[in-house]
Amino acid sequence: MSEAAAIPASARRLEREAAKRRRSRRGAAIAGLSSVIVIGGLAALVLTSSGWPEVRETFFSWSEFKNAFPEVLSGFWLDVKVFMGVEAAVLVIALVLALIRISTTAGLFPLRLLTTVFVDVSRGIPTVLLVYLIGFGIPALQIVKPAPDPAILGAIALTISYSGYVSEVYRAGIRSVHRGQHDAALAVGLTHSQAMRLVILPQAIRRVAPPLLNDFVALQKDVALISIIGPVEAFRAAQIFQGENFNFTPLIAAALLYLAITVPLARIVDRMGGPEGAVR
Amino acid sequence: MSAGAPVLEVKGVTKAFGERQVLRGIDLTVGEHEAVALIGASGSGKSTLLRCIDLLVEIDDGDVFLDGEVITDPAVDPIAVRRRLGFVFQAYNLFPHMTALQNVMIGERYAHGAGKGEAEERGRALLARFGLAGREDDRPDNLSGGEQQRVAIARAFGGKPRALLLDEVTSALDPELVGEVLAAVRDLKAEGMTMVIATHEMGFAREFADEVAFLHDGRILELGPPERVLEHPEREETRRFLSRLLEAGRI
Repeated sequence: MSEAAAIPASARRLEREAAKRRRSRRGAAIAGLSSVIVIGGLAALVLTSSGWPEVRETFFSWSEFKNAFPEVLSGFWLDVKVFMGVEAAVLVIALVLALIRISTTAGLFPLRLLTTVFVDVSRGIPTVLLVYLIGFGIPALQIVKPAPDPAILGAIALTISYSGYVSEVYRAGIRSVHRGQHDAALAVGLTHSQAMRLVILPQAIRRVAPPLLNDFVALQKDVALISIIGPVEAFRAAQIFQGENFNFTPLIAAALLYLAITVPLARIVDRMGGPEGAVR
Repeated sequence: MSAGAPVLEVKGVTKAFGERQVLRGIDLTVGEHEAVALIGASGSGKSTLLRCIDLLVEIDDGDVFLDGEVITDPAVDPIAVRRRLGFVFQAYNLFPHMTALQNVMIGERYAHGAGKGEAEERGRALLARFGLAGREDDRPDNLSGGEQQRVAIARAFGGKPRALLLDEVTSALDPELVGEVLAAVRDLKAEGMTMVIATHEMGFAREFADEVAFLHDGRILELGPPERVLEHPEREETRRFLSRLLEAGRI
């Protein structure tokens, strides 16, 4: 930088810089204008529609919002708890599944087979169906009495569903680390498991962090599915209000709460797309 | 290990990858403090031979001996063998998520069971020795190719190996960086390190190697002192290989 400043700017350079500034000014002007046109146009379309006054009352009623918000929020607290628990469990279980699937030890063959079947099945069944099957199937077995909390059963179903997906993400990450890294790890005298733990996994996990977070954005939304077996989380709490008052505003409140978590997560994903993060 | 026994001995080693027969019966002996240069065209089997010796590739037939003990027996633990050898790769293969210091410490710390402090102290000394003092906390992608390869040499040397195996350690480098890496290898040779080096640098092989082995199509066609093999080759294949290099301006 300082070196560049030391070189006296020629007329050519000044001209080039002026052209660059003109280009960026024009770009900003076009972006601003087109945003105003598109967003303004859409807003005008909605606000001038014949149904708008009624929609505003049923979807965006401030008094309904205030009225329902505390209960929707307390429902959302259940979403957050289930999300955190499931995420932690999925991160660990999926890693174990991935490691079993890529292992080559002969003794692990039956486990490998089971894992493959588990991943195929768990990914192949719609999450909502899995929630239903586990939520009603496990209590029917009457192994544990009294029947476990439906929120826990829902969390188990979500864990099963997402472990399959996430294990495949891990596996892809492990595969993406160049073979030479494994060779080099062995060449310095590490065992296979040390090579995996110290050399392969740290690189693989860093590489798959964005897709992992992406799956967790999806999981955060899918927590709403557990409501079908009973637990009153944000969506269900909002639905109860809606059913009582024929007003949809509480659902908007629930949507905003989900967004409050998923949007920051999405920004973190974007951030991680950049250069490899710091280690350790 | 009896006195005067060769450090490395390769006997009748063959290796095929699927249909492709890469090594067709290799015999090679490397004595203590000796440096053997493997020369030959790409695909002649130089890299595969080195990888077979470090047990990174399982051989089909024959045996390899380290200090008189067979290391290619299924009963031998390959991890223990690799801890007695050092390997330097053509593409460095440094661990990109670790600093230069962590790269040279990892073997000491995890393969040789040194404590953290001890491994770190030795790691710093190793980097300094290869002219990398002050670069301890740099990650590989902040180092030049020559610096990366010197870190890799320090990493391989860190395990106090009985022999170093160097696989075309300068062929991924920009020409002006070759010298610093060759200087590091020369330095190790002066210290008496036993080495097997696959190389395309004929000038270096001539100056540095005690013996040159010319590999062609999975066999060692000529083996002898560099002056003889490089200046008075007996085989037509060797002459052709050397004249091709000469045309390419590599000698």
